[in-house]
Amino acid sequence: MSAKTLYDKLWDSHVVRENDDGTSLLYIDRQLIHEVTSPQAFEGLRTANRQPWKLSANLATPDHNVPTTDREQGIADPVSKLQVDTLDSNCDYFAITEFKMNDIRQGIVHVVSPEQGATLPGMTLVCGDSHTSTHGAFGTLAFGIGTSEVEHVLATQCLIQKKSKNMLILVNGQLNKGVTAKDIILAIIGKIGTAGGTGYAIEFAGDAVRSLSMEGRMTMSNMAIEAGARAGMVAVDDTTIEYVRGRPFSPDKEHWQQAVEYWQNFYSDADARFDKTITLEAGDIKPQVTWGTSPEMTIAIDETIPDPASESDPVKQEGMRSALSYMGLTAGKAISEVPVDVVFIGSCTNSRIEDIRAAAEVVKGKNVSAAIKQALVVPGSGLIKQQAEKEGLDKILLAAGFEWREPGCSMCLAMNADRLEPQQRCASTSNRNFEGRQGQGGRTHLVSPAMAAAAAIAGHFVDLQSIADNSYLVEDSYLVDDSYLVDDSYLVDNSYLTNKG
Amino acid sequence: MEKFTKMTAIAVPLDRANVDTDAIIPKQFLKSIKRSGFGPNLFDQWRYLDHGEPGMDNSTRPINPDFILNQSRYANARILLARDNFGCGSSREHAPWALEDYGIRVIIAPSFADIFYNNCFKNGLLPIILPAAMIDELFNAVFANEGFQLTIDLQQQKITSEASSGSVFDVSFELDKFRRHCLLEGLDEIALTLEHAQDIRIYENKQKEITPWLF
Repeated sequence: MSAKTLYDKLWDSHVVRENDDGTSLLYIDRQLIHEVTSPQAFEGLRTANRQPWKLSANLATPDHNVPTTDREQGIADPVSKLQVDTLDSNCDYFAITEFKMNDIRQGIVHVVSPEQGATLPGMTLVCGDSHTSTHGAFGTLAFGIGTSEVEHVLATQCLIQKKSKNMLILVNGQLNKGVTAKDIILAIIGKIGTAGGTGYAIEFAGDAVRSLSMEGRMTMSNMAIEAGARAGMVAVDDTTIEYVRGRPFSPDKEHWQQAVEYWQNFYSDADARFDKTITLEAGDIKPQVTWGTSPEMTIAIDETIPDPASESDPVKQEGMRSALSYMGLTAGKAISEVPVDVVFIGSCTNSRIEDIRAAAEVVKGKNVSAAIKQALVVPGSGLIKQQAEKEGLDKILLAAGFEWREPGCSMCLAMNADRLEPQQRCASTSNRNFEGRQGQGGRTHLVSPAMAAAAAIAGHFVDLQSIADNSYLVEDSYLVDDSYLVDDSYLVDNSYLTNKG
Repeated sequence: MEKFTKMTAIAVPLDRANVDTDAIIPKQFLKSIKRSGFGPNLFDQWRYLDHGEPGMDNSTRPINPDFILNQSRYANARILLARDNFGCGSSREHAPWALEDYGIRVIIAPSFADIFYNNCFKNGLLPIILPAAMIDELFNAVFANEGFQLTIDLQQQKITSEASSGSVFDVSFELDKFRRHCLLEGLDEIALTLEHAQDIRIYENKQKEITPWLF
């Protein structure tokens, strides 16, 4: 049998039938559902008098519209409330497992599913959300779909798909201190552009990727879509398997060994052929800050804002000009001199326990700058919030002047009450710096959690490595201490579970 | 789904790259639980001078006269001429719903983001990819000739213009056979897939042996 890539193996193992026209009917093992892209799909199902094909394949939770402040009063915005209520009633009606707003397991779908073991290696996973690429970190074929396809998967457990091309992104060597998965992926997008991965499924590989925790790998896969690729994957290894072990939806004892042996096949064969290969040296990557209105507009913290005049392509040049104007920035200015109004630590990119630890490590014993109007930490799930509180991270962050919120998508896209005012500038750990993304007129700079936390303290972007007191960088315990992966008692203790999926 | 066969209409040029789905339909309008009614809020933050929210009377809102869709010469446009990577960003199908509700049936660009491209076909929209040089020519022709119209013939896979409109175009475009067929016939993809229900069951039975933990 000829050599295959990870993507080839995932694809081939899910083809139900091949059609004459080059499309395939692809089987979908897991569908995640949230309130924004599902109501019209459920309505379509009802109208056509169809039933979900395989109930247990679906897992739902509201995330985009939920408030991150006190939830006892429910959702104030009636339009948001209707959407969340509609998800609840649809899940009740069709008997789909849902973690409702006040369930401790509720959170951002892309955080909740891996945490619950609902994301497993070797599976196909979809969701009506472009950041579904996140789950590729597990050696999973995961991609975002539209609402019509959500309905299609509900009704048939399949999708009609055409295979993408294979792209390999190799990140060789080791990262410098203070450089994280977020910086790698931003550097990649800066290099290949937001359309660089269009038509491809990306596999991230190389020593620097291999040495990342699952949280870090999820951060990278999450933003594959910002490089244009619907799917971004990392091959299965011991880190993957150890993460999955013992989670509520993971295989039980009876099937565990069989599952591990099966999962260990999900890597690219040594002589597998890729349509395109991109190589980066980890040691060259510095902490990144985006300066414009597209994730490809990124520079290192020690660089200056680029000059549109240096761009030869007229369409790109115009894009740069309009980005500078929207962002209220001038070419040539050092990014480290740009003052920040708001700091947002959260989103499906960076709201996991490792991210919160990284932020807490930076701000420990320090105070948020008086220039900062708001500094928010929004954990990715109720269970992460609980774990962070167990570790005392909430107290460190609160003492420094951060707000400590309930889980949800929050200011990543401002569908709930958390949003920027016009012209406010935000250091954000989210994934998109599009115009108006965090609130109309708001200006987003994408950074890692440690960089966001450092900006909160300094009041402007700052090179982590240039801060005098950088004991946290020397210590670096938050990067290597992954005892929580083994300990993880907050998940193993799943007495709260009633439905084991 | 509405069929698409052949159409002649005015093309409106949106001359910027990387137009994302947040720009096509801002997130505050995603709170609707319906499929229709998004047209008045298409490109909301470029089209109006104030901040739009669901439930507003859009007919009384201040219009941005500089935005291309608001110029009277493009009032009845049903074809959108766009630049690279159109529809990037979020997977929201509200983006094609908004375009369709506004009246756009065809989008012509040098490249599209994958999810958006895919979503178009589920909603009777035809996204056409042409080489960048040809897109440049189309932009020039549209800017130079008021009332410039194109005829899109899906059966023939051709884009043509009338000589009287100022510039002559007669180009072919490529399209996946399955997608072309579904658009021409206005087919329900779910019904097509359910014709293969037996194949799906056979696959599941095989997988129950290989990955029993998923069943």
